[in-house]
Amino acid sequence: MQASEIAARAKARMAPTDISNPKYFHKVVDCQWACPTHTPVPEYIRLIAQGQYAAAYMLNWESNVFPGILGRVCDRPCEPACRRGRLQTSDEPNAKDPSRKNAEPVAICRLKRVAADYKGDIDGFMPEIPTKKNGKRIALLGAGPASLTVARDLMPLGYHCVLYEKDPKGGGLMRTNIPSFRLPEEVLDEEVERITDFGVEIRFGHEVKSLKAVVDEGYDAVFVGTGAPRGKDLDVPGRAEASANIHIGIDFLTSVAFGHIDKIGKRVVVIGGGNTAMDCCRTALRLGAEAVTVTVRSPRKVMKASEWEIKDAVYEGIPILENHAPKSFVIKGGKLAGVVFEKMIEAGVDAKGRPQLKASGELVTIECDDVLMAIGQDNAFPWIERDIGIEFGEWDMPKVDRNTFMSTRPGVFFGGDAAWGPENIIWAVSHGHQAAISIDAFCNGRPITERPAPGATLVSQKMGIHEWSYSNDYDAAKRVAVPHADLKTSIKNLKLEVELGFDDKLAAKEVERCLNCDVQTVFSAPLCIECDACMDICPVDCINFTENDAEAELRQSLRVPALNATQDLYISDTLKTGRIMAKDEDVCLHCGLCAERCPTGAWDMQKFFYVEPQAAKACLSHHNAYLG
Amino acid sequence: MTYITKPVAHHPALPRNALGLTHRDYEASMSTLCAGCGHDSITAAIIEACYEMDLPAHRIAKLSGIGCSSKTPTYFLGRSHGFNSVHGRMPSVTTGANMANRDLVYIGISGDGDTASIGLGQFAHAVRRKLNMSYIVMNNGCYGLTKGQFSATNDKNSPSKKGEANPFDAIDLCQMAIQLGAGFVARSFSGDKKQLIPLIKAAISYKGFAFLDVISPCVTFNNHPTSTKSFDYVRAHNLASENKLDYVEPKEEITVSYAEGTTAAVTLHDGSKLLLNKLDGAHDFRDPDEAILTIRRNASKGQVATGLLYVNETGEDLHDALATTDRPLNEIPVSELCPGSKALDSINARFR
Repeated sequence: MQASEIAARAKARMAPTDISNPKYFHKVVDCQWACPTHTPVPEYIRLIAQGQYAAAYMLNWESNVFPGILGRVCDRPCEPACRRGRLQTSDEPNAKDPSRKNAEPVAICRLKRVAADYKGDIDGFMPEIPTKKNGKRIALLGAGPASLTVARDLMPLGYHCVLYEKDPKGGGLMRTNIPSFRLPEEVLDEEVERITDFGVEIRFGHEVKSLKAVVDEGYDAVFVGTGAPRGKDLDVPGRAEASANIHIGIDFLTSVAFGHIDKIGKRVVVIGGGNTAMDCCRTALRLGAEAVTVTVRSPRKVMKASEWEIKDAVYEGIPILENHAPKSFVIKGGKLAGVVFEKMIEAGVDAKGRPQLKASGELVTIECDDVLMAIGQDNAFPWIERDIGIEFGEWDMPKVDRNTFMSTRPGVFFGGDAAWGPENIIWAVSHGHQAAISIDAFCNGRPITERPAPGATLVSQKMGIHEWSYSNDYDAAKRVAVPHADLKTSIKNLKLEVELGFDDKLAAKEVERCLNCDVQTVFSAPLCIECDACMDICPVDCINFTENDAEAELRQSLRVPALNATQDLYISDTLKTGRIMAKDEDVCLHCGLCAERCPTGAWDMQKFFYVEPQAAKACLSHHNAYLG
Repeated sequence: MTYITKPVAHHPALPRNALGLTHRDYEASMSTLCAGCGHDSITAAIIEACYEMDLPAHRIAKLSGIGCSSKTPTYFLGRSHGFNSVHGRMPSVTTGANMANRDLVYIGISGDGDTASIGLGQFAHAVRRKLNMSYIVMNNGCYGLTKGQFSATNDKNSPSKKGEANPFDAIDLCQMAIQLGAGFVARSFSGDKKQLIPLIKAAISYKGFAFLDVISPCVTFNNHPTSTKSFDYVRAHNLASENKLDYVEPKEEITVSYAEGTTAAVTLHDGSKLLLNKLDGAHDFRDPDEAILTIRRNASKGQVATGLLYVNETGEDLHDALATTDRPLNEIPVSELCPGSKALDSINARFR
C-alpha cells in the first residue's frame, strides 16, 4: 500500500459508536423504530407474557391511542421490520407472490389485540382532565384518528376542543371504511368515546363547508383532519348509463357502515387491488352476492393490498384476476350488464423495478349486476377558501410543514390523510401527536420548530451470575396462527368478526418468540481482555474482533459479511491489541450469551426504554415511570 | 455456568462447506467452563478447522483424559466418536483406538496436568511410537479444577494469584516432544485464532505424531498481572512468533505469495501444503536441534516462541513401524480376523 492510501484508510476508519445518542439503540429495536408512534413493542409483549394486560394496554394507549382498533386493523409496519422475520421463514407461500415464502415476524399486531381484549378496567389509568380550562379553544375538523389524537393529547392540558364531523358518529375512516367483520363496532366505540368522554365538545352530523367560517369563530388553533374522502372514479364508455349500479368503494363501505345499503346484486365485480378493494369484495359477499370477482390492472405481486388481507379474501373464495384493465361497461336494457377488460401483459420493469404493462388486445367480458370501484382516493378541499392565507401546492394539496404540521397560515394545522394523502391509521395518530405538540407551543407563544427531546434510559437486566430479568432463552417456535370464525357462518354475517384473536394460551406461546431487541448488548472496551469468548459463543456470528477500516470494507471483512446496510455496526473504542470490537446488529438474538460468557462484564444486557415526547405528560404516565 | 442451551438459530447467510454444513454443525453441548476460559477459544478453533477442512464428524475420534481441558470434547464435534478416559491415560486409549481403526482422524485433548504430570509417561511413549494423531495440550500452567495450584508447566518466575512463589522449573512440552521424536511440533495461543486454526489444520493433516501446545489462560486462577500464562503477558511476549503459517488444502491452488527467500513450502502426506513465511532471524524448522535452541533462547529472554517449531516431512507412524494391516479391523471379515484353531496351530508350529 502507498503511504497516501494507508493515510486515507486510517482516516476513513469507523468512529466508535456513540451509544449515549438514543437514536442508536432505538434503531436496534426494529419494531419500535418502524412504528410511526414508536410504541415500545418488546416491553408490552413482556407485560403480556407476565399477564399484565392492563399495563400492556396502557403503554399502547399512551403511544398509539387506539390499541383495540390497531390490534385488528393496523397496517403493522412493525412486522416487516421485526428481526425475527429475518431469521425464520414460513412454510406458507406469499399470497401476492407464491414463489416467495413469507417471513415469520412476531405477531405483534395480534398481541396488541390480546392486551386490549384482556385489559379489564382501565378507567383509573386515564389522565385527569382539568375542570378549570386554560382558556384556549381548538377546532378539530373531522373525527378520525388524527383529530381524536390531537384531542386526547390536548384535553389533559386544559384545552377546550371542538370536534366537527359530517357523519353522525366519530371514528372517521375507521368507522366508515373498515367493515365491522374486521373491526367490531363496540371496539371502535369504546376507544373513540374514551376520548370524547374527556369533555370534547362534539358537533357530529355537521359538515364544515367553509374553513373561513370556522376560523372566524375565533379559535386559538384549527386542526384539519378530514382525511382523503373522495374515491377515484373511472371515466370509460358506459359509465354514465350504468351509474345506478356502479358504486365508489369508500362511499359504498360508508353506506354499509351506517346501514343505508344492506343488499347488492348477485354478481359483483370489484375494480382495484388495494385494501379498500379487499374490504369491498368481502362486504359484497356478506350482503348476499353469489359471485364476487376482484380485478386488478397490475400483476398480483405488486397489488397494493396487504398480503394478509388478500389471503383473507382468497380464503373466502373470492377470485382475484390480475392484469385486467377496465375498458368499458356493458349496458343491456339501459342497465349495467358487465365490464369489458383488456388483458395486460408484463413487459419488463420500469426504472423503479415495477412491472411495465402493455395492452395485449385480448378482451374479456365479466357479466355482473354491480360494480364496486376501489381504485384509490383523493383529497378534496373545495371547502377551504383560497384567499385565507393557506397556500396550495402540487396536486392541489395544502402546503404543510413536515415537522410542525402547520400550513402557511399560522394556527391552522393539518394531519392524517388530509396532510399528504392516503396513509394508514397509525400514521394519522403519529401526525396527531406532533400536531398537538405544535398547537400547544403555538398557543403558548413558544417556537413550534423547537421539538421536545425524547426520553431514554438504559438499565442493566442482570439478576444473578447467569440470570436476566427477561426471557433470554431462544424459542424456535413458528408464528402462532390466529383462529378464525367458521367460514360458512362468517361470510353470511356482516357483523361477525372473522378473526377470533389469540386467547391467553396462544398469546403465551407467541410472546416467547419476541427476541427482546430492546434489551441491548452494551459493550465496554476498557473492561475487555479480548479472550474471544463472546465471539465464540454468539449463535449468529455477529461479534467480531478485527482491525478497524472504512465501513464498506469492514462490513465485507466480518465473519459473516454485514450485507444488510439498514442495520448498523456497533463499533467499540480501540482495544489493547489495537483491534476493535465490531458487532453487526442485523440478526442479533439478544440472547445475552455474550454477556454470560464474558469473564469481565465487558458485555452487559441493558434494557433501553425510549419515550417519544407528546404534548401532555399526563398521557405518558406509564412511559415516564420507566424513566425514573 | 450458562443455563440456557445455545440457540439453534444461526445467521441466515452463514457459509457452508463442501459437505453443506455450517460451522455451527460442528458444535456440541454448551461449555460449562468458566466464562472467558482460553479452552473455549481452542474449542472454537477446532470447530473452525474441522469445518474448513470439510471433515465429516463421524470420521473423527476425540479423546481426552481428566481436567478442564479434557472436558472440552463435550463442547465440540457433537457427532464424532468420543472417549473421556482416565487421568493421563488418553495416549493409551488413543493408541488402542488407532491400532484398531487407522481410518479415523484422532484428536487427543489433554491439559498440562494430564500430560506433564500424571500422564507424562504415557505422553512420552505415544510420541516415541509416532502415533498418528493430533495431540493438543490446553496449557494454562495451573490446576484450574482444584483451585489453581501450580502445574508442571508453570514458569518458575510466575507466582500464584495470591503471590506464592513457584519453586520448580517448568517442563517444556514442545522441547520434550521434539526430543522424543514427534514429527510435527507447534506452539500457539488461545487468543490468536489466526495462528491457531491453520496450525490445527496442519496438525490434523500431518501423518504421524503432531503435537500442539496451546497456551490457554485460566481466567479464574492464572490470568493475574504477574502470571506468564495471562492474556496480557502472552500477547506482550509473543513477538518471537517464528513464522506465519498458511495451510493450503490439497484441492486448493496456492494463491498466497511471499517475498523470495522468506517462504518455505512443506508438502504433507495427504497433498496439503504448509506455506511458511519466516520472520526475520527465524530458525530452520526442519532442524530439530535448532528448534530446541530457539525455544530455549526465547524462554531465557522471557519470550514465548510460537508458530510451527519443527516439522519432519517424511512423516511415518506406528502403523508403518509395526507393518500393520492397511484396513481398519472393523472392515476385516471375522473369518480373516479370527482364522480359527487350525491357523493358530500352524502359527504355533512355527515356533516349535
